[in-house]
Amino acid sequence: MEKIIDIGQYIAVAVKWLMNNLRPFFDFIKTTGNAGIESMEWILVGTPFYITIGLFAAVAWKYAGRRVAVFTLMGLVLIYLMGFWEETMQTLALIISSTIIALIMALPLGIWSAKSQTANRIIRPLLDLMQTMPAFVYLIPAVLFFSIGKLPGAFATIIFAMPPAVRLTALGIQQVPADIVEAARSLGATQKQILLKVELPLALKTILTGVNQTILLSLSMVVIAGMIAAGGLGEKVLEGINNLDIGLGFESGLSVVILAIILDRITQAFGNRINR
Amino acid sequence: MEESRPVKIRVQDLILIFGKNKGHALEMLKKGNSKNEILTKTQCTVGINCANFDIIEGEFFVIMGLSGSGKSTLLRCLNRLIEPTAGSVYVNGDNITRKSHRELLDVRRTEMSMVFQKFGLLPHRTVLDNVAFGLELRGEKKDIREAKAQQAIETVGLHGFSHQSPAQLSGGMQQRVGLARALTNDPEVLLMDEAFSALDPLIKTEMQDELLGLQSKLKKTVVFVTHDLDEAIKLGDRIAIMKDGIIEQIGTAEEILTNPATPYVEAFVKKVDRKTIITAGTLMHEKPTVVRFGKDGPEGTLRKMRTTGLDVLPVVDDQQVFMGFVWVNDAVQSAKREEKTVQHILLTEVPAITTDVTVEEMLPLISATRSPIAVIDKQSRRLLGIVSQNSLVIEATRFNEQDINTLKEYANNN
Repeated sequence: MEKIIDIGQYIAVAVKWLMNNLRPFFDFIKTTGNAGIESMEWILVGTPFYITIGLFAAVAWKYAGRRVAVFTLMGLVLIYLMGFWEETMQTLALIISSTIIALIMALPLGIWSAKSQTANRIIRPLLDLMQTMPAFVYLIPAVLFFSIGKLPGAFATIIFAMPPAVRLTALGIQQVPADIVEAARSLGATQKQILLKVELPLALKTILTGVNQTILLSLSMVVIAGMIAAGGLGEKVLEGINNLDIGLGFESGLSVVILAIILDRITQAFGNRINR
Repeated sequence: MEESRPVKIRVQDLILIFGKNKGHALEMLKKGNSKNEILTKTQCTVGINCANFDIIEGEFFVIMGLSGSGKSTLLRCLNRLIEPTAGSVYVNGDNITRKSHRELLDVRRTEMSMVFQKFGLLPHRTVLDNVAFGLELRGEKKDIREAKAQQAIETVGLHGFSHQSPAQLSGGMQQRVGLARALTNDPEVLLMDEAFSALDPLIKTEMQDELLGLQSKLKKTVVFVTHDLDEAIKLGDRIAIMKDGIIEQIGTAEEILTNPATPYVEAFVKKVDRKTIITAGTLMHEKPTVVRFGKDGPEGTLRKMRTTGLDVLPVVDDQQVFMGFVWVNDAVQSAKREEKTVQHILLTEVPAITTDVTVEEMLPLISATRSPIAVIDKQSRRLLGIVSQNSLVIEATRFNEQDINTLKEYANNN
């Protein structure tokens, strides 16, 4: 069928304009971002595996109980024995960096859209777009802006993983009972005091659910980001696909699943500790 | 209430309009258009229609009305949780409605505190931290605010609960926390919005009693909103009755019950158990015809009885001090014996009460002798008036035949 409206053309022009005019800005982000991700990776890969496994198991024990701790221990040992330790740690570094950046942007956006109708009206369709656009599409601007590597991987991941944190932050704040906010106002609380002492603490559980979702979405995107040389487990999965190596594909896929379950259970346990 | 005490809160021409086209609605309201006309023309709702009243220092002032009457809204205008559209609220002579946001925060932090129907406690904090919250917002040091909070916790009877979380407490206990939180700031005015409405009846009564006790001790000015007339009557020095954003009547419980200003108030107060509210002061016949001991002999007594048509008259001395009653039969006998005074026929073993005795308390005084009840001044024992048994029976029964018969039976057995 013939094209009547060519939206793609305008998007391409816009992206090209950004590339040409904001090059120093993108370069700066790339340099600092890469430095951040790489130092995170350096820590995680550099730490002896038994210390990392021990730490994870201990945290799981403390916050999520014995069963999760046992699973964490066995799962991570299995990953080590399969020979995917370094890739897993690379992936974890990318997840942690992406999640931190995503949350730094998501929390203020969530608070803003909870407080302002106008902000909400602008942010909501953007979030819909970010969530429903096929994840692979983000790889294109990521590569155009930052070429290939870890930072464009993180860029695509952040866009894909941020929306639930924004939505759940907004939801958590909106769900704070009006009478509690009113009581705080009646005692002479300022807007800032209401946010810090009433709304955020009461919304914390919902916000942590958002954090959990962001982490899991990061994990799924990080695998896709393997296609633009973001490294880690994603690259192994891709290698398995390219070579039709079912063994490699399954093993690296299993590592992703184990990592996902561990991260999910531990972050969920953080949320459940605030059981009010 | 002594009128000499200063006015704490003055509400002047207070108007609140909800909706977008407030300016137009306000104009219409000032021209005297009705609420419905304004609603159809401007889509604005009149929340409060020109409220005017003063609350005296130390007074327990109750705003009462059904849901939607605007009572809670009016309360929120006092500390500007809701911004009034027009009019003024003065606290200690200071116009609250003119204050900047910063000044308003100071008023809320120091002069007025509020207690809410749903408590409004912070679930993630302990009782102590909840109670200290107001001081924390004010920027007080931790040890100072905790000491003050602990004191407030003792005041409301929550000793030993400081480190529990609100969710562990019953509704009544939670409201005590709410009350303690309001008291910690040591405000001069307590605003209470349906504070006890969410509690079950027994706890409610207990909390009302304790609040009255606290009030008499702490001498705060209390503005209490409720939809429960019995509660209003029990607590309020004065009651304002609201309907559709208009204050229909302001007065003491007795004034409102005996002299309802509008049909609405009348219909509203019909259900109330008047026996516990109406007092001898209201019911008594003032300045009755009296027999002056030493001046009026039996003949004079009989003459007075003939002119008034009464067969029993109270006797007072030259200081107006009540002495007893004389009956017509005795006076006739005495006149026949040509006695000079009523000394021999004076019945001194008769009931005498003060003005604040309620109808319910007077009922046991009804007897087969049908003697009236003398109302006297507490100190001087001067006669102020008399309550006839008929008026007492009528008041107690409100013409309910069943009740009248029961009372008659009771009187005959006495």
